[in-house]
Amino acid sequence: MHFHVPFSPPQLHIPDGFLSAGVSIVGWVLAIAAIGYALRQTRGQFGEKQIPLMGVLAAFIFAAQAINFPVAGGTSGHLLGGTLAAIIMGPWAAVLIMTSVIAIQALIFQDGGLIVLGFNIANMGLITAFTGHFVYMWLKRAMGEGRNSMLAAGAIGAWISVMLGAVATAIELAISGASPLGLALPAMAGVHALIGIGEAIITVGALAFLYTTRRDLLDIGEKAPAQASANWVIVGLVIALVVAVFSFAASPDPDGLERVAENTGFLDRAMRPVYEILPDYTIPFIGNELMSGILAVVVGTLIVFSAAFVIARLQRKATA
Amino acid sequence: MLHFNLADQYRRGSSRIHRLDPRIKILGAVLFIAAATVMPPGKWVAFGLLFVVTVLVARLSGLGWAFALKRSFVALPFALAAVTLPFTVPGQPIAQIGGFTLSAEGSIRFLTILVKSWVSVQIAILLTVTTSFPDLLWGMRELRIPAPLISIVGFMYRYLFIFADEALRLMRARASRSGAGAGKGGGGLLWRGRVAGGMIGNLTLRAFERSERIYEAMVARGYIGGEIKTMTPPLMTDGDRNALVVWVAYLVMTLLIGFIF
Repeated sequence: MHFHVPFSPPQLHIPDGFLSAGVSIVGWVLAIAAIGYALRQTRGQFGEKQIPLMGVLAAFIFAAQAINFPVAGGTSGHLLGGTLAAIIMGPWAAVLIMTSVIAIQALIFQDGGLIVLGFNIANMGLITAFTGHFVYMWLKRAMGEGRNSMLAAGAIGAWISVMLGAVATAIELAISGASPLGLALPAMAGVHALIGIGEAIITVGALAFLYTTRRDLLDIGEKAPAQASANWVIVGLVIALVVAVFSFAASPDPDGLERVAENTGFLDRAMRPVYEILPDYTIPFIGNELMSGILAVVVGTLIVFSAAFVIARLQRKATA
Repeated sequence: MLHFNLADQYRRGSSRIHRLDPRIKILGAVLFIAAATVMPPGKWVAFGLLFVVTVLVARLSGLGWAFALKRSFVALPFALAAVTLPFTVPGQPIAQIGGFTLSAEGSIRFLTILVKSWVSVQIAILLTVTTSFPDLLWGMRELRIPAPLISIVGFMYRYLFIFADEALRLMRARASRSGAGAGKGGGGLLWRGRVAGGMIGNLTLRAFERSERIYEAMVARGYIGGEIKTMTPPLMTDGDRNALVVWVAYLVMTLLIGFIF
């Protein structure tokens, strides 16, 4: 039987050859730790239902990624699914579900490499599940109960999770010397700012449907016994990010990529049309282009999140 | 847009490659990709040796020497990520394109990444095509990947095609009811997105309901939790071990050539 499914996965599946050996090993360490913990957590959460439930939901996310909607010019929007899975099932279950999806995509369809699989799991499974879940939970708590607050929290969680996955991918590519950070970061962030909107719309559509039909399902994720351990994951991810940034800054000449890009004026000329939000995608008072590029993305994401948070609070006060 | 062929990728066969122990094949493929990953840039002789071996394996597996070649371009779109290297890496200028200088070192690095990912994809394809999925799972479990994870992935694979079918049915229903024209459905962008989301929500419910049915059926047949048992393939032969030794020796030789010359 042959199905031809029009399928355009988000460009986050890194193939082999793009990440250096050292970076790939770091990815595996992250993925193995996360998977090991996720297996224990979900066994506690679902008992003997763990294996059939996780397996079936992984098959579901894989199929859901094929459901697309036309956007413009032959491109289509579709789901990555980390945030949706985390909202419905809790973050640790989502890590397992996404790990299975990403592993099958690499093993059977060569969508993403094998040596780089660790970071593909970390980027599209771990990071999306945890940022999606946490943003959703925090915003929902801030906005209070109700359909609209849940949908808004889901939308912002989905968008931020895709953004952070893309930013992490760009940083990994840059550390591996496969793409200069000054280009990879704004390019990945720019493209995924749009892809993230598609993710947000679909996630909202799915949540709205579930809210109308089976509201009880949405409680599974909220009651997932993962809150305390999950905080440590956030701490771990932040530490990993800080280490990555500093290892970068500490090497006197990160492959010479940035400096030359700067000298030849390539960065300026290539990126000017892409970003107008923050001037040249850098923060003026910080000298180092590279550091301020990273900071700009972090700050940009934080601004979006804080804005959403403040609006949410105000809205709750208004309705209260 | 990528068209994937949602069919089992395994091609039945009885070649020497098909009959190799799954553990040997998995280890061999991973070691090959690792060798390609650590190879320094621009070592074309060494990359040539890696490429030759992919063609040989394809030939030995009875699939024809060009089999993996034809399917090996799946990773190509990602090359966009590295396409700026020739312009940004310092070095000997070799050409000017639109006011940007192309450097020799940058071009070599870009081509190296392409070649690395290309040979890696070919070996990965050959692994998938010559090893049935249950054998792949068994091999990975024997190589110490946690059994519950293997069971989950095995479960997922079992229901993958059923859910793909459900997704296709949902999409066919949408196409027949909401008047999708070429490239553009009815309604605005937001509406189309929310419809896709609603379909995925619908699929979520079907997944939950199906998982309940499956679980109940398993319990009815005596399931008490824990991993799913699979049949055990035959034991590793001396020939399999020798094949791995030859394979590793070849990779080490290629790496030496790459690092020394």
